[in-house]
Amino acid sequence: MKTERPPVSQPTEADAIPVAPPSGRSIRWKRRRIAATRFWHQFRRNKMGMVGLAILLFFGAMAIYSLFADPASLSKIAVTEESIAPCTFRDLPCAPSGNNILGTDADGRSVLSLVIHGSRMSLLVGLLASVIAMVIGSFVGIVAGYVGRATDSVLMRLSDFMLVIPWLALAAILATIIGQNVWVIIGIIGFTSWPGASRLIRAQTLSVKERLFIERSRALGGSAWHVISRHILPNVMPVIMANMILTVAIAILSESALSFLGLGDPLRVTWGTVIDEAFSRGATSIGAWWWLLAPSFCIVAVVLAFTLVGYALDEIINPRIRER
Amino acid sequence: MRTQRYIAGKIFQALLTLLFILTFNFFLFRILPGDPVAVLTKTQGVELSAEQQEELAIELGLREPLPQQFVGYLGDMLQGDLGLSTLVDPGTPVTEVFLRDLPKTLILVGTSTIASIALGIVLGIYGGWKRGRALDMSSMTGSLFLYSMPEFVLGILLLLLFTKYLHLFPSGGYSSVTGNLTGVAYVVDVVNHMFLPWLTLTLAYVGEYYLVMRSSLLDVLGEEYITLARAKGLRDKFVLRRHAVRNALLPTVTLVALSFGFVLGGAITVELVFSYPGVGKLSLDALRKQDYPVLQGTFLFFSMAVLIANLIADIVYGYFDPRVRAMR
Repeated sequence: MKTERPPVSQPTEADAIPVAPPSGRSIRWKRRRIAATRFWHQFRRNKMGMVGLAILLFFGAMAIYSLFADPASLSKIAVTEESIAPCTFRDLPCAPSGNNILGTDADGRSVLSLVIHGSRMSLLVGLLASVIAMVIGSFVGIVAGYVGRATDSVLMRLSDFMLVIPWLALAAILATIIGQNVWVIIGIIGFTSWPGASRLIRAQTLSVKERLFIERSRALGGSAWHVISRHILPNVMPVIMANMILTVAIAILSESALSFLGLGDPLRVTWGTVIDEAFSRGATSIGAWWWLLAPSFCIVAVVLAFTLVGYALDEIINPRIRER
Repeated sequence: MRTQRYIAGKIFQALLTLLFILTFNFFLFRILPGDPVAVLTKTQGVELSAEQQEELAIELGLREPLPQQFVGYLGDMLQGDLGLSTLVDPGTPVTEVFLRDLPKTLILVGTSTIASIALGIVLGIYGGWKRGRALDMSSMTGSLFLYSMPEFVLGILLLLLFTKYLHLFPSGGYSSVTGNLTGVAYVVDVVNHMFLPWLTLTLAYVGEYYLVMRSSLLDVLGEEYITLARAKGLRDKFVLRRHAVRNALLPTVTLVALSFGFVLGGAITVELVFSYPGVGKLSLDALRKQDYPVLQGTFLFFSMAVLIANLIADIVYGYFDPRVRAMR
């Protein structure tokens, strides 16, 4: 069923100035624009959220820059006496100095360029895994909340089960079976991170479901699909978005833990794999702090930023907290 | 009566989830690569003819139909028979290998979880009550940082600081290699080794518990019964202790239980950082050497641990909050 539009009276000869009535689309866009502006005004007042956003913009720019940066700087063959100056091959890994302001790893590659190139994959894994988790979580949550009864119990049992599964052990086993590939890792993190969100989305669906406009739509003959896609989903969307941002943080942490256990994609550089390599090649015992600190700092900064933005969104869509 | 029914229901649900886990475990380890017979013969160092291999496969029940295998597997699990380790400690029963490492993980994870819960709740109560004070703001900043930091990164930083630069603690292991210490000296040695991993796990989760306790307390403080309690003229301390904290603890209980799976995951990485010979390190060894019986055992252990933590949380919740009992 399509959304009803109030019948528009045809302009007649008697009308002095014939004005084209605003189309449904233009009304919708105007409403969205106003909502977005109002939202931005609220967000801008949230200091923590703005700090988070600034950090994210910085790392986003870094990831975009890495798309155009020369990948040759990651190859061990490109390392020359000049590129590691003032160090020599004997004293690698080289502390921050001269050509390498963040030092080098044990192969003489610049830690700065490792970190820049790592940003792309770390962010990509986090974002994609979180999108997968949210699609599954929203589907399960909305269906469970809207349909209710047996479907609800079955889906909630399923999510209980997923919550109990020790994700890191499962992810490790799956990575061993399917292969250590970045897409597999995205899939594993996505498919294991939805249960928490599905519960929140279900709760929100339950409260939206009782509202009058749902009853009206169903009385007018709206199918379940229409009610869910046109009425429930838009009202649950804010919860989904806030959760998605928070899930990105968790997904980035998950990726780094998997990589640290040596289960990352051996062909791609992420912050997690840099830490893994540094640690397994003894950076802690030789005291090569720069090799460990730079990627660690990036993980903490990005996770912190996503968390801050997520909290800010949460505060805006949950007015109860805002009042206090 | 109602309480008993509530608890019975929760236990039934947990058993159902356990059955789910056992089934999942069964199929997960059936699709892993590698033929069990080939692995067994390789580790025992015996050459077997094709016939003998076939016999062994029949003896191990690998030629039976899947449903029958499943029933046999459930029976074995109920008797605590997890098979023999193939590569981590060839020929030893998995339960034995497991029980050797289990106490080390239990004491590490147990004591650090208790410490982080206690510290998180106390700081959270203070933060929520004296919102915006210096201690609250610094705890808040610290918590956000700790929350954003992977456990292993925290572990590595502490390792660098305390062993590389300050030379205060041993860099890893469970006790000194010389191993001729007894009595008090041995205990001191073990504690000395355990301190850094313990500190890492404690700090890694204190932030999360602090944030939840604080926001939960803020939620409760906005309720009308708090205003009423104050209007009655009750002292602030009394309102906080008797009215606010009790109710604010409930969501924290759930969160602690839910995050337990992550704590165990964190324990795996932290045990790796400090080469601490617990269950996490064991499961990593099993994964690297492809010792599936041991891996299956550790996987089962992790799932059971989270399941039990959730069950305890549910029961505690029902005990503290009569509304939950009445609802079902």
